[in-house]
Amino acid sequence: MTTRAKIIGHFTDVAREHGKELPPLTDETDLLESGLDSLSFAVIVTRLEDSLGVDPFSAEATVFPVTFGELVHLYEAGVKEQVRS
Amino acid sequence: MNPLAACSDCHSSDSLFSCTDTIPQLSRTRLAVSMREPGMSACRFLEDATRRIVCDDFACGSSLYGRGEELEGRSILIATQEQITAASAVLELDGVARRIVLWPPDLSLEHLPFVVSTAEVDCIISDHAMIASGSHRRMCYWPCSRNLISIAATDAPIQETEWILMTSGTTGRPKLVAHTLTNLTAAIQSRYKQDEEVIWGTFYDVRRYGGLQILLRAALTGASLVLSSHEEAPADFLVRLARAGVTHISGTPSHWRRALMSPAVTLLNPKYIRLSGEAPDQGILSRLQSTFPAARIVHAFASTEAGVAFEVTDGMAGFPASVLNENPLVDMKVVDGTLRIRSAGNAKGYVGHDAPALKDKDGFVDAGDRVELRDGRYYFAGRRDGVINVGGLKVHPEEVESVIERHPEVQVCLVHAKKSPITGALVVANVVPNVPPTSSDRDMHRLERDILQLCREALPAHKVPAAIKLVSELPIAESGKVMRQYA
Repeated sequence: MTTRAKIIGHFTDVAREHGKELPPLTDETDLLESGLDSLSFAVIVTRLEDSLGVDPFSAEATVFPVTFGELVHLYEAGVKEQVRS
Repeated sequence: MNPLAACSDCHSSDSLFSCTDTIPQLSRTRLAVSMREPGMSACRFLEDATRRIVCDDFACGSSLYGRGEELEGRSILIATQEQITAASAVLELDGVARRIVLWPPDLSLEHLPFVVSTAEVDCIISDHAMIASGSHRRMCYWPCSRNLISIAATDAPIQETEWILMTSGTTGRPKLVAHTLTNLTAAIQSRYKQDEEVIWGTFYDVRRYGGLQILLRAALTGASLVLSSHEEAPADFLVRLARAGVTHISGTPSHWRRALMSPAVTLLNPKYIRLSGEAPDQGILSRLQSTFPAARIVHAFASTEAGVAFEVTDGMAGFPASVLNENPLVDMKVVDGTLRIRSAGNAKGYVGHDAPALKDKDGFVDAGDRVELRDGRYYFAGRRDGVINVGGLKVHPEEVESVIERHPEVQVCLVHAKKSPITGALVVANVVPNVPPTSSDRDMHRLERDILQLCREALPAHKVPAAIKLVSELPIAESGKVMRQYA
């Protein structure tokens, strides 16, 4: 499964658990417009850490992603980094 | 001379507590009276997503159908869907009611009978379908309108109203914390530049301590206030904050981490950003400063019980050790690694027959926050009692554990904090099932889902574990108790 597919999977799970309607997730979707609040988002990040083994948000200098595409890119870069090291 | 103008400018000074002049005692006897004082800007407003109330209308308008004064002397529970209606009711009832009890959003209604009996509630005010109290007390139900209805201005009788706020308790039952208006407003300082319009926006809810501080601050310093609405999308609220031209914004670091992910955040142009509710890390402080270079960024330490203790203005995480002795009005000390506070902002105490004492024999409140001293600066290091702070909301692990242990397939469990870059911390649970966790993957997934479902039905969202880990045993201390690692 690709990193993107895993991320979409976690978004879908958490939205369902929190009773939220999720719009189709494209690269241009604004994260805030995904309808998820900060708690849902925190849950997604912690589950991604478990399943991908990376948490790009833990770095102090992280640029917070605004769109879904930026978020996916952040994780893809993190996963690549992890494979290399 | 307007007494409110007799103070140096608190908002542009770099030092802590440069201003110790407070708003005169007289104006605190009743909120509605002090809001009518001359010199207050005429264009002040209170708004949410659906309406804007001009503050002057509070002088001759009523959200209680003009009959608020019939509620004189009662212990009134304000349980509204919208925070703006709670704010209107509070402004009208301070000085009229014997007690104002604020029902926080997302508190389960199962606690209603407990709150009603503990706070001796004899009136419930609401803006939606009336809720049954499940109590045998004589109860008066009062509707609260979302709009003000014009009434003749009267001089209502004045009595000191006791304010009851709720915080999370170990058992899931809320703890009821009593304040006076004097306690609640002790840290609010007057503004020097009265001609400069201040528009507050807050990510908080006014029915909790942090949000109530901002409501009172706005009401007593002649500022406007923009509030969020029930179920308003975060992006829509940010756009509305920008459109209203907010100059001052308050929220937790978690609120800000979320807001910074929105393109709409760049529409904001605040002069002052106030963080509280959680200890901010250096990352969020630096990022706010780079996003809003013109804003003054302050983080404050406050709790429902201890009140507002201090503000940190140097843009750094933690606080300089000198803060402990800086303000003559707030006594602070660190004993056994936790912060103790004695000030006029302390709550009066907990309400209830068997309520624990709030203060020690010298009058200090133990905030329960552990601090560590490094190079002349204190840093927050979690809670002494293991309370988990999820985006500014308290979670007692024991409460979540008792819900999980209701599941027939669960033997024992341990709930603890997991660090989160978004909300500071999250709740996670290690669960020992009755059958060994290796038995079948499908069974285990089903059990995890089952437990989460149980938690979602019994607990507000921030208390539901983000992850459940099935384990074969929990670490046991020599005492025979499950080992907890409080950090």
